[in-house]
Amino acid sequence: MRNDFASVFPLKRSRAHEVVTGGAGFVFAAIVAGMTDRKTTGTPNLDKKLPVGSGPQGGGLAGTVVWCCENRKPTLNPEGLLPYCDPGRFLITRTQTHLDVLASAETALRSGAVPLVVAEVSERVGLTEGRRLQLAAEAGRSTAVLIVPDGGGSNAAETRWQCRAVMTEDGLENRVFNPLAVESFDSTHWRWSLIKNKTGTLSEWIVRWDAATRRVIVVSEIGG
Amino acid sequence: MQRRVVSLWFPRLAAERSLRVRPLSACEDVPFALSIFERNSERIYDLNPRGEVRGLDRGMTTVQARSLCPELVTRPADLKADQRFLSALARWATRYCPWVGTYERDGLFLDITGSDHLFGGEEALVEDMRERLSRSRLSPCIGLADTPGAAWALSHFAEGIAAPDRSLSAIAELPVAGLRLSQETCNSLKRLGIATIRDLHNLPRATLSRRYDREVLQRLDQALGNMSEQISPIKEDPLFAVRLTLPDPIGLLGDVMAGVGRLMTHLCERLDKHQKGARVLRLTFRKVDQDSESVDLKLARPMSDPKRLLTLFERAVEAVDAGYGIDMIRLEAVQVEAVSMRQMETVVASGSFPGQETTTDRLDDLITQLGSRVGLENILRFCPQDSHIPERSFSLVPAAYNRPAKSWPHHRPRPVRLFPPEPVTLPGRHQNNLNVQTDLKDQERRFAPPASFRWRGRLLSLALAQGPERIAPLWWDVDDSWGQGLRDYWQVDTRQGHRLWLFHTPQNPGWFVQGEFA
Repeated sequence: MRNDFASVFPLKRSRAHEVVTGGAGFVFAAIVAGMTDRKTTGTPNLDKKLPVGSGPQGGGLAGTVVWCCENRKPTLNPEGLLPYCDPGRFLITRTQTHLDVLASAETALRSGAVPLVVAEVSERVGLTEGRRLQLAAEAGRSTAVLIVPDGGGSNAAETRWQCRAVMTEDGLENRVFNPLAVESFDSTHWRWSLIKNKTGTLSEWIVRWDAATRRVIVVSEIGG
Repeated sequence: MQRRVVSLWFPRLAAERSLRVRPLSACEDVPFALSIFERNSERIYDLNPRGEVRGLDRGMTTVQARSLCPELVTRPADLKADQRFLSALARWATRYCPWVGTYERDGLFLDITGSDHLFGGEEALVEDMRERLSRSRLSPCIGLADTPGAAWALSHFAEGIAAPDRSLSAIAELPVAGLRLSQETCNSLKRLGIATIRDLHNLPRATLSRRYDREVLQRLDQALGNMSEQISPIKEDPLFAVRLTLPDPIGLLGDVMAGVGRLMTHLCERLDKHQKGARVLRLTFRKVDQDSESVDLKLARPMSDPKRLLTLFERAVEAVDAGYGIDMIRLEAVQVEAVSMRQMETVVASGSFPGQETTTDRLDDLITQLGSRVGLENILRFCPQDSHIPERSFSLVPAAYNRPAKSWPHHRPRPVRLFPPEPVTLPGRHQNNLNVQTDLKDQERRFAPPASFRWRGRLLSLALAQGPERIAPLWWDVDDSWGQGLRDYWQVDTRQGHRLWLFHTPQNPGWFVQGEFA
């Protein structure tokens, strides 16, 4: 079965997804958050059926994103989010413990007040916790993205992604650029690997972010 | 019904209040005074009886008082606190009658008409009053008469009770100052040989009104009840607290929530009436064994909607241990804020129907729910700040008290993660730089990023670098993290799949990682 990028991204609504931590993982979460920024169709029943972010521009209210993290001082930088989403829509929930992160995420998901909840978890997520988050996401019709440590995901997740920045442009490697000498170069390429998928096969894509249209564009498909 | 008025005068209100708050460490028998700055010098505002015995007086300068009495203890007077204390006393006095007013800065009028029998008669009422006040270390002078004027005279010059319709005989022998006349008028009357109220009363009215202004006759008439005088009760702030006392203890969650629901309806009605919304609610349960437990609910927005408040309380109430049973529930809005009336939405906007919760309502409820778990101060929003220092270009502000930022200024590309600078180690400095082709001139190459470096225990090799972007520290701000001086920031791609934000400090050579783009 051929795995189409469009069938897995934008992420399925009302499901818990996972992404492996790291800078690119944060960007992945930010891009998903950016897609919930998009306006809704104005018809709630229709919105519920659509995947995250596929609604047209204009209409109702844009969504708030709850971002739960354990650190006293979060590492998320709003200015770094700017290309992908509006940082003003973020609600940062700082908690003391790993358990509080999961509990806050569950509360936020279940309330249904926000379309997306991102949780930075520092420890392995067990099957029970993962399943609870999945059930909460279904109950509240909101999407969860868990930023998990490498190898720390749970089997309850709908999909799990691993993201890395890649260098693709030949000839650009091994060079130090002077910003005044080079106009601009777009190196925003990532290798997004789907390493777990409940409803399909695994695959990998090289994608880039198009800032003008605010969309993820598949540059090439690696496997599937 | 004959009107009966109590005048409650606290001759040493200020000094006694100060001593109540902070008693003297030594025995009470030390001259004590409150000082105030008046007419260009520190003067005595109020003092204790011991001070009076030693010959001190109000209005005397503190220096003079000290020379008379070296062991005098003084404290500055706090007139506002005295006022607050007097209104607290007025509120306390409503236990005797509903009609209590204050006069001057140290007295209360109580209109006890028809309420004295509740305390077993007038004598018993006055005794009860005196006993309770002296137990709280206050020394009141109490006068009871038909009119506020007569009661005032009695309380100030001869404590006691004037029988009904016997005002004149009760106050007749008191000095004219008992009519609340000014010092000037009193002196003038005294010079004429009119010492007591009886002397004044016996004079023909015509001569009095010719020589003195209206004040003298007016005060006399008020004291004798020939002219009415009103007592203005103090305006009380509405109290946003309700209580439910139960005949039998309860312990089931459903029962408790039903009780809380009943209280909530009452409280919200009261809040609505005053156009207020609760910001912090406190629910106190008193148990059968006199133990009590309270639950606080901090809200993301001032609210007065009983249904929503009740659901928000549910989780906290579940955690309460009922013990042998709860027999009293008290709900108080500890902190209230003014809310403006909202018009009922008649147009169906964004899929919500009239009466249905809007998305904003649900979001506020969520903030409250999360706040009750991790603390409302830990639910934050980003707020842009005007600074070119990367870590200071934004701040985290509590979401409950701040609306989302409307627009963000666009800067140069910034990493999505930002952390405190972490130094990188360079394996064999500069030796690998030669392998890197570069567009830079030779003297600039020294400052170019290293070809390989170790960060967080991993050896990374450089693939691509963009920069530098020089950011200067704020010279007026002494901050340890910027103590290294200027920073040249580079956006560095590594072959291992990291895109990092490195900076070099040319003044104190060293490389640091401060952020991660991807």
